[in-house]
Amino acid sequence: MHGITNPALSVEAVSHSYAARRALDNVTFTVAPATFAVLLGLNGAGKSTLFSLITRLYGTQHGHIRIFDHDVERASGAALRILGVVFQSRTLDLDLSVMQNLTYHAALHGIGKREARERSKEVLARIALADRAHDKIRNLSGGQMRRVEIARALLHRPRLLVLDEPSVGLDIKSRADILSHVRRLIAEEGVGVLWATHLIDEVADDDQVIVLHQGRILADGLVSRVVADCGAADIRDAFTRLTGAAASEAA
Amino acid sequence: MSTAAANTQRIAPALDAQEGFSAGQYLICLKGIVWRESLRFLHQRERFISALVRPLVWLFIFAAGFRQVLGVSIIPPYQTYILYGEYITPGLMAMIQLFNGMQSSLSMVYDREMGNMRTLLVSPLPRWYLLCSKLVAGTAVSLLQVYAFLFIAWFWDIEPPPLGYLLVLPALILSGLMLGALGMLISSVIKQLENFAGVMNFVIFPMFFTSSALYPLWRVREGSPLLYYICQYNPFTHAVELIRFALYAQIDWISLAVVCGCTALFMIAAILAYDPSRGLLARRGETGGVA
Repeated sequence: MHGITNPALSVEAVSHSYAARRALDNVTFTVAPATFAVLLGLNGAGKSTLFSLITRLYGTQHGHIRIFDHDVERASGAALRILGVVFQSRTLDLDLSVMQNLTYHAALHGIGKREARERSKEVLARIALADRAHDKIRNLSGGQMRRVEIARALLHRPRLLVLDEPSVGLDIKSRADILSHVRRLIAEEGVGVLWATHLIDEVADDDQVIVLHQGRILADGLVSRVVADCGAADIRDAFTRLTGAAASEAA
Repeated sequence: MSTAAANTQRIAPALDAQEGFSAGQYLICLKGIVWRESLRFLHQRERFISALVRPLVWLFIFAAGFRQVLGVSIIPPYQTYILYGEYITPGLMAMIQLFNGMQSSLSMVYDREMGNMRTLLVSPLPRWYLLCSKLVAGTAVSLLQVYAFLFIAWFWDIEPPPLGYLLVLPALILSGLMLGALGMLISSVIKQLENFAGVMNFVIFPMFFTSSALYPLWRVREGSPLLYYICQYNPFTHAVELIRFALYAQIDWISLAVVCGCTALFMIAAILAYDPSRGLLARRGETGGVA
């Protein structure tokens, strides 16, 4: 198995423009397996563009994105097969039940109904929603919906999970629940995680943090390291200094 | 590192990513998409009802009102004089499919629904296959609507030959695919759409009224030769005629060819438009979803 040392996600010199506006500028970073990487950036930093490229909604204009060595452009099937995605916007069918949503997703990955049901029960038990399997999504709370979306993203047993602002609009408890659930996944399953957020308090000390600002990477590394490099007191301070410095540079 | 290695081992069986998909898995995917679209349609009761009420209003009210005004002489495929209601029935069947095609395409344009489109597009199966499956699913839903309409119309004395109900099925599948593909193409090129009104004004109404759905083309020719030519080049006319002939157990070969050709054309265009590298989706990014 040569795959062990390969990064779960590698983004190499990726740039992306919408007409004249440059959304991503020479972005490079990697996420190792069994790592929690936080992509930290304000709104408009380019996080969603990056997600659209990783999930191949848009083609990569410049650079390469690889998921465990599978190029998203050239081997998109192989790459998407081991990728789990939680989008920023809600993407569940509100009128269908939890189980129906999950089996639909399984079908999109070529997983038959019986197998899908078993896997669904498994993942639902893990997010403590086993008793809601036959409820309509509409009747769930925001936090529960997010948990279902995470369960759905895990159904095909991906090795890389990417989440775009998964905690937006949730209350403090739901946020903490989801965060701890995803962290547990890393410990138990060895999944690599890229978690995009603008909420600094979601960053833990032993996470990898990637600071994205106006389409460029300002810092990448262990939180303690980034904080030390900036000579900051904590990650919040480091983030302010980094983005502040970038702003004054631009001005 | 050792835990990471152990973990990788544990999930290794799930990652035969290189292997590709079997025919069975392709089928599972198609079935899943059709099943979801049908379920969603059945759950949205208002959509079902309005899909039925729209043609029935035309049949019950418009056709009844115009019965005395518009006489329809004997033209193929009809062998006797027919009432106006009978004449417009195939046009209304095609109208159901037109609305259905545009509606499912429009639901892709809406941001919330765009999310659903995204979950579809991150499937590892080839994108052209996903789009074709979506098209098949939309067509299946339109068939449900059309047969429900025919059932109600039967009580209104619209009684085509029994064999026609069966023979019209392949015609409806073709026309459903054509109109669905057109909708999909429109959904990929339209940048922003506030509501249904735009497509209503610029696609549905022009297509419907410049066709043979409401009046035979020879009558149009008497009124305006120009309009007659427009009608003849309107693919919707051919969808209507294909359905009309099939409903009376006949084949209109020209319409069949036009509908097949247009289906292929629209579908290829839609697949190209949804292709991530060439596609218009990425260009659309400039208006939203960049945050």
